[in-house]
Amino acid sequence: MKVELEADKCVASGQCVLAAMDVFDQDDDGIAVLLDERPADENLDGVREAVAICPAAAIRLVDQ
Amino acid sequence: MRRIVVVGASAAGLAAAETLRREGYDGTLTLVGDEPLAPYDRPPLSKQLLAGEWEPGRLDLRTPDDLAGLDLDLRLGVPATGLRPADTEVDLGDGSSVPYDGLIIATGVRPRRLPGAGGHVLRTLDDAMRLRERLAPGRRLVVVGAGFLGGEAAAVARRLGCEVTLLEPAPVPLAHAVGARVGEMLTDAHRERGVDLRCGVTVTEVTGHGVRLADGELVEADEVLTAVGSMPNTDWLVGSGLTVGDGVVCDEYCGAARDVCAAGDVARWFNPLFGRSMRIEHRTNAAEQGMAAARNLLRPEARKPFAPVPYFWSDQYDMKIQAYGYLRGHDEVAVVEGDVAERRFVAVYRTGDRVAGALAVGVPPRELRRWRQAIATGVRWREAVQIDAVAN
Repeated sequence: MKVELEADKCVASGQCVLAAMDVFDQDDDGIAVLLDERPADENLDGVREAVAICPAAAIRLVDQ
Repeated sequence: MRRIVVVGASAAGLAAAETLRREGYDGTLTLVGDEPLAPYDRPPLSKQLLAGEWEPGRLDLRTPDDLAGLDLDLRLGVPATGLRPADTEVDLGDGSSVPYDGLIIATGVRPRRLPGAGGHVLRTLDDAMRLRERLAPGRRLVVVGAGFLGGEAAAVARRLGCEVTLLEPAPVPLAHAVGARVGEMLTDAHRERGVDLRCGVTVTEVTGHGVRLADGELVEADEVLTAVGSMPNTDWLVGSGLTVGDGVVCDEYCGAARDVCAAGDVARWFNPLFGRSMRIEHRTNAAEQGMAAARNLLRPEARKPFAPVPYFWSDQYDMKIQAYGYLRGHDEVAVVEGDVAERRFVAVYRTGDRVAGALAVGVPPRELRRWRQAIATGVRWREAVQIDAVAN
C-alpha cells in the first residue's frame, strides 16, 4: 500500500500526525510531510484514520 | 444490521459511510444528499474557490472510483422530508421512503438570513460560484457579519480588488468566541487592508441596493453577503419524536434514539471531556464525529464516548489562525507566547480551573500540540501556566 499526499491541498491541521505519527510530520508552516510512503502493516490503520480525518481530503492510500 | 441509512452527503455523512464499510459492514448502505453533487469540501468555498484559485472539481472529497468502492445506494439531489421511527423509515422529497435498521443523521446547517430580498449566502458550491462571478475590481461588496466566514470572504474580496464594507453588530468581532484581544487584532488586520469595518451596527434589511441599518442609513453596495451564522437542518425531524434543540440532541455516544445517531454540524452531543453539551460547526469535527457515530451505531456493545478536542482554522489575509478546544464562554485568556500586536502568538483560554482552549497565529502549528495535549488531559490552569513559565 502506498500513501499519496497532495501537499498543496493541505490546510495544516496536523490531524494526520495525530493519527499516524510514524508516517506524517508537519513542516514549519504546518504543511504535512510524508515520512514513509510505504508504511508497515502495523501503521496502516493509523494511515486509514488519517485519510478519513484529513479535513482537506489531501491524503489517499492506494493499493499498489 | 442489514440496512443503514446516512442522511447528509457532506463531510460527516461521507466519513460515516466510509467508516461503516471499513469496519466491515456489508449490508445496504444508503447515502442521501439534498444537493445533486457528489460529496465536496466546504472550507475552500470561502477561500480558494471564492478567490478563483481552485475550480469546483478540486473540492470533491473523493474520486469517482473511491465512491464506487463504497457500494452505496446513493440518493443525490433529494432531501429527507420525514422520519418515522415506529416504521423505521425515512421519507424523501421524491415521494419514496427508505427503510433502515440503523440511521445516521448528518444534515448539517443552513445559513441564517436577514429580512429583505436578494443578497448572497455562502454555504454551497452554487452559493460560492454565484458570488465569485460578481466579485471584480471596483465592485462594492457589503459583508454582514464579521465572524470567521465573513472575515474570510472579506479578505478574499479585498484581494480581488473589491471595495469591502464589513458590518458587525458586536463592538468587537468574534469577542464571544476568541476573546476581545484576538478580536481587536482581527479588526486591525481588516482595516489595514482597506476594509471599512463598522462595529456595533445592526442591519435590519437587505435591499436591492445594499443594506438598511437600524438607524435608517442605507449602506449602498453592488453585492451583499450575509454571514450571520447558521441553523441546524432539523425541520424534517418534526414529529419524529427525536429531541431537537439547536441541533439533534445526542448523548455522549452520538446517540439520538435507539439505532439512531447524529454527527457533524447538526449534532448537539454531550462531550464528556468538557462536561457539557456542544454543537461544533468545524470541518474536522464533521469527519471525526461521522466516524465515531458510525462505530457506535455498528457496535453498540463496544460503543465509546465521543470526547474530542475540537479543532478549527481560518485563513485571513496572510494569517493562519488555528485553535484547539472549546473557547466559547471562557473566563480568561492568557498570551503565553509571542505578541498579539505582532500577530505571532499563542493564547490559551481558561474555563473554570482548567485549560479549555488554545489559539495560535503565525507560529508553527506543531507548537500547539502540547496545548492540545493539555486540553485533552484536563490539565489545571495553574499547572499549565507554571509549566509554561518553566518552559520559557
